[in-house]
Amino acid sequence: MSAVVVLFIGLGAMALAYFVYSKFIAEKIYRLDPDFKTPAHEFEDGIDFVPTNRYVLWGHHFTSVAGAAPIVGPAIAVIWGWLPAFLWVILGTIFFAGVHDSGAIWASVRNRARSVGALTGDVVGKRARSLFMIVIFLVLLMVNAVFGVVIAGLLMKFPSAVVPVWGAILVALIIGQLIYRRIIGLAMVSVIGVIALYGLIILGPSVPIQMPEQVGGLAGNAVWILLLFAYAAIASLLPVWMLLQPRDYINGLQLFVGLIILYGALVLLNPTLVAPMYNTNVPAGTPSIIPLLFVTIACGAISGFHGLVASGTTSKQLDKETDARFVGYFGSVGEGMLALGAILAATAGFASLADWNTMYDAFGKGGVNAFVEGGAYIISNGLGLPEATAATLLTVMAALFAGTTMDTGLRLQRYIFQEWGEIYNQQWMKKPAIATLLAVGSCLILAFGAGADGSGGLIIWPLFGTTNQLLAGLTLLVITVMLVRLKRPMWFTLVPLIFLLIMTVLALLLQLRSFYEAGNYFLLVLDIIVLIASILVAMECAASLKRVRRELATKSEG
Amino acid sequence: MRKDSNSEESAQRSERIRAWLSQARFYAEEFYSARYRGAIARAQRDEDDLFMLMVFSELMGVPNPVSYYTLELQPLMLERFHDWHRRMGMEHSPLDDFRCC
Repeated sequence: MSAVVVLFIGLGAMALAYFVYSKFIAEKIYRLDPDFKTPAHEFEDGIDFVPTNRYVLWGHHFTSVAGAAPIVGPAIAVIWGWLPAFLWVILGTIFFAGVHDSGAIWASVRNRARSVGALTGDVVGKRARSLFMIVIFLVLLMVNAVFGVVIAGLLMKFPSAVVPVWGAILVALIIGQLIYRRIIGLAMVSVIGVIALYGLIILGPSVPIQMPEQVGGLAGNAVWILLLFAYAAIASLLPVWMLLQPRDYINGLQLFVGLIILYGALVLLNPTLVAPMYNTNVPAGTPSIIPLLFVTIACGAISGFHGLVASGTTSKQLDKETDARFVGYFGSVGEGMLALGAILAATAGFASLADWNTMYDAFGKGGVNAFVEGGAYIISNGLGLPEATAATLLTVMAALFAGTTMDTGLRLQRYIFQEWGEIYNQQWMKKPAIATLLAVGSCLILAFGAGADGSGGLIIWPLFGTTNQLLAGLTLLVITVMLVRLKRPMWFTLVPLIFLLIMTVLALLLQLRSFYEAGNYFLLVLDIIVLIASILVAMECAASLKRVRRELATKSEG
Repeated sequence: MRKDSNSEESAQRSERIRAWLSQARFYAEEFYSARYRGAIARAQRDEDDLFMLMVFSELMGVPNPVSYYTLELQPLMLERFHDWHRRMGMEHSPLDDFRCC
């Protein structure tokens, strides 16, 4: 199968969905109203509530939701063959993610731009709100641990990327100063930043830095993880203008450049998909495709994390309510495109099926390494770049994404600890440094518990997916309850919700067994916690829908 | 005649390019700042609050060696005074000599 054909089928389907299905959802279900006074206008304060141009807002929404996750997930999931992953990414984007993201913006905008967490409390109930906090904490915990492991693995495998990855942080620091002190204009800074970043990428392969396998009793991988968390802890404590803001900006530019390079190379080279369409010969120990596919690819098909972004910052800046369609739905389409690129890189970027099989010799292997190697093969053959440079480019892209997510995640986790300090009146816990240490500590426990020495691969990844899907489920529940109250059709959000819950519970049960058999009691306990949370979410769904329907019935009688 | 229309055309073109460039600059600047506008504005507000406290410190019984100068600043801070005391969790002005609402 030719990669270009698959690419265009995918893009065509998503484009069609944007023009037809999202229009239907926006006009008939959410009934977005261009005259509705959005919170950005109603509470305009120049700080949080600022009406923002919709293209700018889309850019921010997209770059905050698109991280390393839509690359890692699909790149792991192609182990079952390229077709299942492709279908889930495309259909998931169309019927799940787009509806979920634009719905989260709509729900928040209609409720004074409150976050989904707060909305759960208002719309569904107090119990659901506490549940929401726990699920958010678990998601953040796993995201940080997983990405720490992913970047460490990349740095071990591609030593040529060490200099550019850490150099990019230096570039961001310098750019931050240049802009903050108004030394040169933004246009100049963007050009310099991109040139510096790509200069480092070209330089990288000639100055590889390989971490030894063992450093004073610790595995090389573990040393990288410790270094990364030390960095993320410091970064999350610095003022945002110093590092976070310039780095996000450069990352955003790099995301677009990277996507154009990857897609351009794909079209020019038109490789053949070497991986089987449906892999009947999966390595021993690979779990069943149903339900695991649906939690392995979370971001890229549907992700609860988007709801946090949509209701946290995006809804406060929405200029017109009708922009929710473009920002939310098209934001998901953007992420679907990234996931599609990852699928194609991880299945078409190999010389032969045998090469591909060696890469995917066990479940959880391949993953982002396959994306980098496959993508590098495509870029070097399509555009004529040296393969080492192309690999460095993609490694840097993935590592920078994961890094940004990590320190944003740590920052959010720190806020949660501080909030707990507030709730339970623990003064010491409210201090930023201590709260950060607690956050880093909990992530490190998870990262090492999940096999940070590189032995375990990414066994924790599907668990992260389940938690993420649970979060999406809670957001969909809020939207559904709102729709029922408004007496509008609820099936467009309820069906995805039910599907997600069933797949999540099945996946958790399956993993429960495999963790038990592997004797990994740490992850077993975590799995049980997530399982309990998901059952509670399911019961909460049933209870609140029943209650709302009864309310409506009594109202119409009276 | 022809020369005239030529120069007019080039003037128009440069006008268009300038408009396009300023549009591009607007997007770039928005793209840089929009995501962190809140965090940065909040940090600035915290600094301003501290400054406010210094300006009014004498009135609250905290000795201030430069009160002679900060006194002059008080009218300038008047505009922000209401927001400030509300933000600090006080319904009305905390100062007897400085009424607000």
